[in-house]
Formats: sequence, structure tokens, C-alpha cells
Amino acid sequence: MSVFAFYLFAVCVIAGGLFTVISRNPVHSVLWLILSFLSAAGLFVLLGAEFVAMLLIIVYVGAVAVLFLFVVMMLDIDFAELKAEMAKYMPLALLIGVIILMQFVMAFGAWNASAAAEGLRAQVTDPQVFNTDALGLILYDEYFLLFQLSGLILLVAMVGAIVLTLRHRGDVKRQDVVSQMMRDPAKAMKIHDVKPGQGL
Amino acid sequence: MADFFFNTTAGMILLIIGQIFLVVIPLLVALAFLMYLDRKIWASVQLRRGPNVVGVYGLLQSFADFGKYIVKEIVVPAGADRPVFFMAPMVTLVMSLVAWAVIPFNDGWVLSDINVAILFVFAVSSLEVYGVIMGGWASNSKYPFLGSLRSAAQMISYEVSIGLIIIGVIISTGSMNFSGIVAAQDGNYGLLHWYWLPHFPMLILFFISALAETNRPPFDLPEAESELVAGYQVEYSSTPFLLFMIGELVAVVLMCALISLMFFGGWLSPIPGLPDGIFWMIAKMGLVFFFFSLIKAITPRYRYDQLMRLGWKVFLPFSLFWVVFVAFAAKFEWFWGIYARYTVGG
Repeated sequence: MSVFAFYLFAVCVIAGGLFTVISRNPVHSVLWLILSFLSAAGLFVLLGAEFVAMLLIIVYVGAVAVLFLFVVMMLDIDFAELKAEMAKYMPLALLIGVIILMQFVMAFGAWNASAAAEGLRAQVTDPQVFNTDALGLILYDEYFLLFQLSGLILLVAMVGAIVLTLRHRGDVKRQDVVSQMMRDPAKAMKIHDVKPGQGL
Repeated sequence: MADFFFNTTAGMILLIIGQIFLVVIPLLVALAFLMYLDRKIWASVQLRRGPNVVGVYGLLQSFADFGKYIVKEIVVPAGADRPVFFMAPMVTLVMSLVAWAVIPFNDGWVLSDINVAILFVFAVSSLEVYGVIMGGWASNSKYPFLGSLRSAAQMISYEVSIGLIIIGVIISTGSMNFSGIVAAQDGNYGLLHWYWLPHFPMLILFFISALAETNRPPFDLPEAESELVAGYQVEYSSTPFLLFMIGELVAVVLMCALISLMFFGGWLSPIPGLPDGIFWMIAKMGLVFFFFSLIKAITPRYRYDQLMRLGWKVFLPFSLFWVVFVAFAAKFEWFWGIYARYTVGG
């Protein structure tokens, strides 16, 4: 049963990735990408890493891919022009692809995993410890400083994005929430006491 | 016989399918009556009678509506992206049903008792937005598209505060399993021992965020009929529309189940001495659903900028502060340790 599930998810990951690249419509590409993410989450569950699987779905599918879709849907793309552009860069892309493929072949051709590594791969954590607890202990005890640092880097990126896009214009009317909430209800509306079953 | 069901692959698959039907069929039947209840409550607040023609007191109204939707013609807009157009309502329905796999109805009455149950529900409910976005985009029409853009922004914004509120409950419990969360609320004082008391501000925030997350009034901006006709549903008719409607309502009932599990002790009885059981769970879900329909009837629709302001400038800072507060209160056992009820570890 779990072998069947593994091949189902594995085929879905690869097919999703393939169709992400070859679909003509960018929105379809993002949808295939989502299928790929979901199947990868399924593979994580099969490995026993259910916390990572859920995070993958929440972060990548629930937030990042929605923003992708959001941006791609609003783009007005001329497919014919895109195709012409692609033909121009095709030789270069092929060259880079072939080089990367060669490098992979050379790297993995000489790959020799030691027996100790095989053993480590099979059992990473103690099965009695929930993997949420295990991750928490590693992140917040051993690598606490690095964890905080990565958070800081994200914060800087966020501040940078806001600084780049924020602009103040004096000639627009704005909603002033405080003054709206401070309005006197007696001036704005009239209250009727409606008897049950009668209406106004 | 038992050997067949527990030891062979075919038997196990059959068993799982049987269990799924055991959850889904009562849920969908209950849904028909909840839809009727929703309309009745809505009507009585507005001094109308509501559905009262089909069946005794109009009880069969939902079944009549169901038949009507099934036999109508399916109309597909000319420029629509057909596969995505038909996938959207299915995604909405399936995603809202999938989350019920980890919801327990009584002690041990759960399809799949996984460690990260609450995260699973959160993950699946974050996927529901795809039904809306895909539907709006594939219709190839202005209003659905605007509606789906609105809803994408809205659902992502309120998911942030829902996630933080859930983290507060997880810190108090030390477990992400629903059975663990309910067990943590079990005590000698009945309903005073549930999480609604220590987490009271978060109960209100979660309720409002749930309204926004499920696109219920006053946050039904994706389908605001005064501006967008019906938002992402404009081009849908017949069965696809029915699937959208059922999916939305299942998501609402799921939120009711979440609130009763996280804040009202699930199947625990409110008065010490009375037996715990599934009827308490159903009663609590019904009560929360009543408030959902009441809110629908008595509140005017929010403006879009108000909605975004509420999500990002009010709920997010407040729930973030609450996570920090709960973390300290649980660690140092402030307030007689009511924030530190660990069921696992600590």
C-alpha cells in the first residue's frame, strides 16, 4: 500500500514539474506546480515527517503559490511574442542544460555511499519523539542564533520591499478611520424600537 | 471476516471507504437541515417567514433545492477555460470535506488520529482559496475575476491571524492532536475548565476570522452582490454552483467544529457529573452555527479597506501579542497554571 502511494506521489511530482515547464498557459503552469508541491508533501508524510509536510502545504501551497497565481493571472502575456523570444535563446538554454546534465552524470557516476550513511538515512530521529518536538529542539536549542538571524534577514527584505514601493501622495482623499469611528451616532442615524412580529 | 478487513490491502481500502461514508453522509444530510436552519434564522431576524412550503414547516426545502440544481442546464461561458472551470467547484467541495478526516466527534471517534491534526486542518483550509481563484479566473469575465482577486487577498490575510490563534492553543496544550487539546480541557470544574476562559479574547478573534475565512457576511466581499453581482460564482449554474454552495457551507460547519474543539471542550460535558459524549459536540457545533447565522442577519457588509485594516492592523498585532503572552504564562505558570495544561511533554 505505501509502495503504491510512493509511486503515485512520485509520478505526480515529476509529471507536475514537467507540465509546469511545458504548459502554454502560465496559470496552468502554476496549477501544475501546486500539484507538484502537494505530492511532495505526500512523500514527506510517507517518510514520517508529517510536520514538514504540513509546513510545505501551508507555506508553499497556501501562501506562496497563491501569490504566484495572483501575479500570473494579472499579467497580460502575448504568447506568440513569448515563443519568438524563447526561440532566440534556445541554443544558449540547450548549451547550459547539456552542461548541467554532464555535471550531474560526472558527479553521480562517481558517487559511493558508505554503509554508515545508509544506516543514518533509514532512521534519522528516535521514533518515540514526535518530529515537531525534534525539530523544535534542534531549531531553538542548537541553532537558536542562526534561526534568529534568518528571521532578521527576512525582516530586512520585508522592510526593503516596503521602502521601495511606499509613496505618499498629497492629492488623494484617504479614509480616516479614527474620525469615522468618532462620529456621533445620534447625528448619523435614527433608531426605531421595532415590536416583535410587527415591523415598522 | 475481521482478518479480511484488518490484514489484506483490499479489505483495508474497503474499511477506509466505509469509514469515509460514515462521516460524509451524516454530514451532508445534516448540511441540508443546517441550510434550512440558516435561512429560517435569517428570516426570523428580518421578520419574514422563511422557507415554509416544501414539507412540514418547509423542512424539505433544501432537498427541493438540491433537485432543482441537479436538473438545470450547465452553462459554460464561451471564453472559459473548461478544465479549470469545472475543477474549481470540485476543489472547493473536496478540500472542505478532506479536513473532516481528522476531526474527532467523541473520544477516539476519528478517521485518522494524526499528530499534526490541527495543522492539517489549517493547511487544508488554506487550500480552499484555490476553488475561488480558479473559478474566478476560468470564467473569463470581469466580475468573477475581481471577486476572486478580493477573496485571495482576504483569505490569506485572515489565515495569518487564525494561525497565530491556533499557536496560542497549541502552546497551552503542548500537542497538535485534537484529542490532546480536548483532554487538556478536561477538569473538575466543567465548562469553567475549557479554553474559552483563559483564551477568551482569542475566541472572539477566531470567530471573526472564521467569518472572513469562509466568506460569510459581514465579510462576503468576494460575492458582494451590490458591487460584483455574485463575485466568482457569476458564471456558474446548476451542479457546479451547487458544489460551490455545499463546499462553502461545509467549511462553515468545519469552523464550528474547530471552535467547539479548541475553545469549548469538544465532547466534554459542561456540568461536572453529566456523561461526556457526541451529543455535547453536536450541541456545541449547533450553538456556534446559530451565532454564524445570526451574524449573517444582523450585520451590514464591511468595506474592503476596512476589512484589510481589521485583518492586518488590529487582529495580527493583537494575536501576535497573545502568542507571546501565552508563551510566558505557560512557561512560568502564571494565573495558577491555567495556561499550562500539557498533555504531551511540556
